[in-house]
Amino acid sequence: MARLNLWRGVVLTGAAVYFLVPLAASVIFTVDVPGEGVTFDAYGQIVGADGFLPGLVLSLELAAATIAVVLLLMVPAMVALRLGAPRLRPVVEVICSLPLVVPPIAFVAGISTVLKWGPEHLSRTPLFQTLVAIQNPDFPVVLVLAYVVMALPFVHRSLDAGLRAIDVRTLVEAARSCGASPAQALVTAVLPNLRGAILNASFLTLALVLGEFTVAQLLGFQPFAVWIYSVGGSQAQLSVAVSVLSLLVTWALLLALAGLGGRPRTAAKG
Amino acid sequence: MTATLTRVDVTPAASVKRRRRAPGWLAVLPLLVFVAVAFGVPALAMLNGAFTVKNQATGATSYTTANLTDSLQGAYLTALLGSVKLSAVSALIATVLGLLLAQAVVTSRFRALREAVLTASGVLANFGGVPLAFAFVATLGNSGVLTRHLGLADQGWSLYSFWGLVIVYLYFLIPLMVLTITPALDGLRSQWREAARNNGATNVQYWRHVGLPVLLPSLLGGFVLLFGSAFAAYATAAAMVGSSVPLVTLQIADAISGNVLVGQENVALALSLDMVLIAGLVMAVYLPLQRRSARWLA
Repeated sequence: MARLNLWRGVVLTGAAVYFLVPLAASVIFTVDVPGEGVTFDAYGQIVGADGFLPGLVLSLELAAATIAVVLLLMVPAMVALRLGAPRLRPVVEVICSLPLVVPPIAFVAGISTVLKWGPEHLSRTPLFQTLVAIQNPDFPVVLVLAYVVMALPFVHRSLDAGLRAIDVRTLVEAARSCGASPAQALVTAVLPNLRGAILNASFLTLALVLGEFTVAQLLGFQPFAVWIYSVGGSQAQLSVAVSVLSLLVTWALLLALAGLGGRPRTAAKG
Repeated sequence: MTATLTRVDVTPAASVKRRRRAPGWLAVLPLLVFVAVAFGVPALAMLNGAFTVKNQATGATSYTTANLTDSLQGAYLTALLGSVKLSAVSALIATVLGLLLAQAVVTSRFRALREAVLTASGVLANFGGVPLAFAFVATLGNSGVLTRHLGLADQGWSLYSFWGLVIVYLYFLIPLMVLTITPALDGLRSQWREAARNNGATNVQYWRHVGLPVLLPSLLGGFVLLFGSAFAAYATAAAMVGSSVPLVTLQIADAISGNVLVGQENVALALSLDMVLIAGLVMAVYLPLQRRSARWLA
């Protein structure tokens, strides 16, 4: 037993050092500026920095839209697949795994090709107006479309795990035999049992959208992550300070959502 | 909102006899349509672009495999191989270290530790991208805190290198492995260990003949997942090394944003296709493995 504890102690200490040192060093880097001594200027500059608030707001809006769309598409589909249509289940599984096969950079290469069709081939058709509209820099719908696709594998996995843990058919049949309509059965019996999985899927999507850089940068939009990148070249202290804060903010958001939803993990285990 | 949708989906199945068949299609249809538009169209555009070349003078396009051939030569090939090597090395290291960490947490008596590590893993696994790169630049970069205080620069250390990238990638790959492997470790039933003990097996024999074979599909599946994740990573590398380490994602980004010769967009699409093929190969290995591990751990 002593040997086991020693081994575990080494592993856990090593992990703690590796994962905490960069965070601690980043904080030190931002407050201990060579030649200036200890200063908190970098953090004070963040809010006033050009483009910070618009970028953050845009990222949060994109996240909210993405979560809403992906859940609306996936939850009914996944529950229905559990209740019936077993032949469709592998189809949906493959479809939701496809984005894993197409890396974001390859995906955005495809998207930018499609967007270029607009001016080149479609300038006289209504489709052109659509392509222009989804690239509105105030709220680029094209990013929501891309992010929903990129979130599919995570949402699928999370919902699938949640559904695996509960017996959907029995729940629905029990509710039905108590006189509930099919819709009532789903909303009042199945969805509460899926709360953990749904929250989990939302967390993952939120984190994905807040940190997403590849698609946004290459399509020329400037949400939060792209803004940090653009600041990095000129103001090292500021960019690291924002990076530290972004981790803390993401962490806080995830914990707050976890708190709101009660016990996501235990609920998923059912 | 979900309520209204599910109601629509289920109403046609009101009759108990038909409920097993009808609802699936209607509820899945929006998903299929969405994926066809938002994913299918760009994917087809990429495929089409990878095989076409545009004559700059006449503007006419013709089908060719020249782009693909170009994408497997010279600097592009170096970048592709660099990406594969970087992903394989960091995924392998992360698989081993992630397994050790997950096992340490799963066998711990402290529930709080387990919850804390899993929550932290959930956050850190998604802490890729630009902030991660900047955090490491501040730590181990040329003027980073550790570099300055430990005098690492004198010993030839550079973060902007292959191993520098590996160290940074491990920061999100290890948590990803912990998240992937923990359910499998939870699925190792204590009865199996007890049964092995009762038959006189040592700890090593238990792991050799029971534990690892049951875990193997999950481990390989996890490795493949990490490989894919590292292979696709762009933001971290872009923010950190610029182009001092040849990576396929950096090449594609350069070509899309027109930083290189005009007319290279289609080579970028061909490179993207190469990436898709490699990632597809990886998936073709992963899915059967995952199914196998699910059978044991169900």
